[in-house]
This record gives sequence, C-alpha cells and structure tokens, in this order.
Amino acid sequence: MHLSSKHLLGIRDLLPEDIHLILDTAKQFKEVLQRPIKKVPSLRDITIVNLFYENSTRTRISFELAEKRLSADTINFSASGSSVSKGETLLDTVNNILSMKVDMVVMRHSATGAPHFLANHIPAAIINAGDGINEHPTQALLDALSITEKLGSLKGKKIAIIGDIMHSRVALSNIYLLTKMGAEVTLAGPPTLIPKYIQESFSINVTYNVKEALEWCDVANVLRIQLERQNQVLFSSLREYNQAYGITKQLLQNIQKEILIMHPGPINRGVEIDSDVADSGQSIILDQVENGVAVRMAVLYLLSGRKEASA
Amino acid sequence: MKGIHTIMEEKQLMLTLKRLTHELIENHYPFKDTCIIGIQPRGIAISDFITQYITQVNPEVKLQYGKLDITFYRDDFRGQIHIPSITELPFSIEKKKVVLIDDVLYTGRTIRAAMDALLDHGRAQKVELCILVDRKFSRELPIQPDYVGKSIDSIVTQKVKVYWADDKRVVLYDSIDQ
Repeated sequence: MHLSSKHLLGIRDLLPEDIHLILDTAKQFKEVLQRPIKKVPSLRDITIVNLFYENSTRTRISFELAEKRLSADTINFSASGSSVSKGETLLDTVNNILSMKVDMVVMRHSATGAPHFLANHIPAAIINAGDGINEHPTQALLDALSITEKLGSLKGKKIAIIGDIMHSRVALSNIYLLTKMGAEVTLAGPPTLIPKYIQESFSINVTYNVKEALEWCDVANVLRIQLERQNQVLFSSLREYNQAYGITKQLLQNIQKEILIMHPGPINRGVEIDSDVADSGQSIILDQVENGVAVRMAVLYLLSGRKEASA
Repeated sequence: MKGIHTIMEEKQLMLTLKRLTHELIENHYPFKDTCIIGIQPRGIAISDFITQYITQVNPEVKLQYGKLDITFYRDDFRGQIHIPSITELPFSIEKKKVVLIDDVLYTGRTIRAAMDALLDHGRAQKVELCILVDRKFSRELPIQPDYVGKSIDSIVTQKVKVYWADDKRVVLYDSIDQ
C-alpha cells in the first residue's frame, strides 16, 4: 500500500483511498503517543528540513514533534535571519540544503504554488505546510481525524466553514477533503470574504447568515480573520465583524442542538469566536492540535516509504 | 500454483497447537506474572487459539493477553509500506514474563522488531518465543524459539502460509511458479 502521490502538495491531488490510509495510519500513531515512550524508530535513516518562509507556531512545532517521534533527523530553517534576505532564490536555497543529503522537505510559503514549483525541480519528497491562499493539507487531515473521532465518519455529516474563506488555505483544503469524503459543506461569512465562483466549482452551499449555518450543521469550523492578508477593506471593523459573523455563546444557546466547534488557530478572541465558546465543552480545538502530531507522523511515515521506490 | 505441500492438516494443526498450549501451561501456570502477546497481524489467530485454550483447560486462570503491532519498528518497510494494525496492551509488562506468539519464524527480523517494540512498553523480566512453524537454518539474526510447533526445511523461494478461516491448514509453496 502506498499513497498515490510522492508528495503531499494538497488535498486536491489525493484520492479518497489516500485519505483513508492517512487517517487509519494516524489512529495507530495516536496509540503510540499514549505510550510511556512516545517514539518509534521508523524514520531513523531520514533527514527532514522544515522550511518556513512564513510565521507558524502550531504547524511548525507539530511537524517537528512528529519528526522527532519518528526518530528522523531534523533541521529548521526560517526565512528571517537566513540568506534569503541577501536575495537567494527559493530553488537555490533548497538545492543547497538538499546537497547536504536531506530526504524530505516540509515547507510553508506565502506564495501560492511554491511547493508545486519545488516538486517539479527537486527529487526530495515535499510536504506542503501551507502555501499562500491555496492549501494547508495536513490541517484538513487533522480536522477530518478530529471529526471522525467524535462523529464516527465524514460521510453525510454537515460541516459549516465560517469566516474568511477567501484568504484561508485551511478552508480550501477542508472543502476538497470533505467533498471527496462525502460530507456536506456550507460556507458562511460576509459576501466580501467568500469567493464568487466557489459554490458552482464544488457544488456546496453558501450562506451569508451565520445563524442559519449553525442551525444546519453538525460541526462548525470557524476560521481566523487573516488580518495580515487584508490589503483592502473587506469589512468595516473587527467589532462589526464580531457582531454580524462572530460565534457567540448566545448564538449557540439559541440553536436547538449541540454542535462541535473547531478552529485551526491562532484564535482572534472576540473577533471570529468568543472566549466562552472557544473554551467551552463543545470546542474540540485542543483535540485538533493533539491530532495534528499523529496526522503529520502518518503523512511523513507514508511518504518516506517512497524513497527507494522512486529512486 | 504448482508445488504446494500441505505440511499440517487441520487435525495435526489442532494437536500441535494444543501441545504448545500445554507446554506453556506446564511452564507458566498459574500465569500470575506471565502475559501472552500475539504479534500482528498473522500471529493473532494462533495466540487467540492458545489463550482461549488455556482458559478452557484452566477456567480459574486470569490471563493477561495483548496484541503487538510492529509495523513502525520494521527494518524493511521502505520497499513496501505495511499497514499498521492495532497494538493493544491493556497491562504493564514491567517485571513480567512475556510469551511472544507468531505463526512462522523465518529470518528472525520480525521478532527483532517485536522485541524493540516491546522494550518501548517497559522492561519485561523475561521474553520467550512461541512459534507454530520454524523454518530451520534460515535465520539472519541470533534468535531461537522456546516453543516450536513444527520445524521444517525450506528454501528461500518457498513461502509458508497458515490458512485459518475455513479449511485450516499449513502449506509450503514455491513463490516463483504461481
């Protein structure tokens, strides 16, 4: 059994079988993470570089932990403080790192398609840890694992993705994954933050009324307002956003059922989600973080097996 | 498939498994500090049978029985990814005698991986190995079983398979001319 692809560039390229394989493997790694010794020797002959051209807390720590728990050797690279500021190109930087015998690249970049570009030019396996506004595949996979743990499966489940859809790579990866796995998806948020043609492209629902989406769904995945990517005024103020589209305790009390609340982090408390919702029993935000390590272990493990097969 | 030899019919297989079980009972009764661990995936049918038979013969015994998946400890997984199975060790192996059970012992690499996996769960006082079929003279590591169902001579191109579902038997076949 192998993944159908040598890289993990996006959920777009994965088959439903690939997603099943990753999630099933991740469940076994979760068991490993409960042990007194949370480490297995699977990747002890593999070196991985974490190439982060953009800031990250969770994803970076999570990947690093996953690599260490698989016994891989890791090196960390961040664009600030490197020769990137002297003008070295992405391909030059990566080729220099690879000439030091690195087997896999985990990369985050603010440019959409950066990992796809690298995949065409270098032999190492590439894992996309977020590229611009395109995809963040491991986040969608860990979201899927978190949902299946609570609800059994994805098929037929109703997932609302709420907030800044346009700038969110988490949203796009989630939409690909959920539609491939037979879940129903509704996007909700201000019209200015939902791309115009996304409804037809994926045959999913779109609503501008958050309450309606919450009443419909089993799970609400609340996205962060990406303040760093707002170069034009798409809503008037954070306070107004919170009043119209924020998830508040009162809103949840008014709907008749108990839904799961997810958030990929980092949270803008009091903007897209209120603190008393984020910290409530309905919230599985910290489960998502926990599952992140297991999912990333599964992806690294499954892709590392392609080393000899592809050489 | 040409060249299939049945090396154990169902009747012989049952007799052998019962004999192995009695050997375990002889050495470990009343299983107070002993736990039985089957190796995933193919050792489980054997270990299920043995543990059931132990409690059938000795209903008073409270057996500690676990299952160990060794996928992440293999040294050969680069060529082919193995799908992990469930590891289920609902007890501590610290200071216990552990009996590992698998179907076929060949190069010894699976058992090497199993011992590594076991170490990550604690320090057992003693580890023993119980095997249904021992392919003699083919070891690549210094590993020998403590309980053997049947020893056979075989060559590299041959494979041993234990059929367990309906028509229980153990066969030896040539992996090339199928």
